[in-house]
Amino acid sequence: MGEPRYQPGMKVRVNVQPPEAHCRTPYYLRGKTGTVTEIAGIYPNPSKLAFHKPGLPKIPLYRVRFAQTDIWQGAEAGGDTVMADLYEHWLSPEEGA
Amino acid sequence: MAHTHDHDHDHDHDHAPIEEAAGPPTEDEILEAALRELLIEKDIISAEDVHRQIDAMDSRSPALGAKVVARAWQDEAFKARLMEDPLPTIQDALGVDMTTPLELVVLENTDEVHNLVVCTLCSCYPRMLLGIPPAWYKSVAYRSRVVREPRAVLAEFGVTLPEATEVRVNDSTADLRYLVLPKRPLGTEGWSEDDLAALVTRDAMVGTAIPRVSGKESHA
Repeated sequence: MGEPRYQPGMKVRVNVQPPEAHCRTPYYLRGKTGTVTEIAGIYPNPSKLAFHKPGLPKIPLYRVRFAQTDIWQGAEAGGDTVMADLYEHWLSPEEGA
Repeated sequence: MAHTHDHDHDHDHDHAPIEEAAGPPTEDEILEAALRELLIEKDIISAEDVHRQIDAMDSRSPALGAKVVARAWQDEAFKARLMEDPLPTIQDALGVDMTTPLELVVLENTDEVHNLVVCTLCSCYPRMLLGIPPAWYKSVAYRSRVVREPRAVLAEFGVTLPEATEVRVNDSTADLRYLVLPKRPLGTEGWSEDDLAALVTRDAMVGTAIPRVSGKESHA
């Protein structure tokens, strides 16, 4: 992968896709929508590293912010959030964003 | 000598109580020992390497982090460098090697945002600075609950925050490690770095505690 596909402020959805080994994408965030807050860098793919491969091509890693109310049904309204670090191949553009 | 019981065997040496976990070794312990012995036998690593690594890990402790936080409270220029480029700044300040493939991110707590840190996937923790994480940090209860009901978990740690403060749970899912820079308690103007550092507990740097002066809540 080349240039990061997403920029801070963009809305993204976490993919629901077959979880390769050691994918580092938590289950509770799959299918959820959040906002990119930062491009954290370009890192080797952890699913490949897990098998002693070099993890190439490296993949952009994003810090993504989720509202509690967008993750959990019945979460109390308020401004509380969860931040997670997610690799680009686990994200899709949120439609209508 | 700790012996107070009466018995008739005769020995003249002191010995510390032998502390071993009850029961046979776990599967993980057997696997670890087998793998370590094989790696040593095949000259891939040495027993000395293993010990050096354990020593290096043991040399990291929350005291290092507390010093960093105290300095950031006192020195705005240092804080700016710390937020911008944490590991080199810490390495320069403490003279401790911070070489790691990971990134450290410093999360500043303010009146608007209270950060706390978890790794829901395993036990990722800023070990390069704080050493070994506490047992509760690795517990399934903390890891599963804190992303779902952070205020309830914080309350169990004795921390209650205003509704208007955003509670931001940072899940260390990948290559970044997080250090919370807590708010400096009121009433600490003019304190020395050592006195300030003494207020900064391990939990405060994870975000599950708030530094206080003499047990008093440090902020309104």
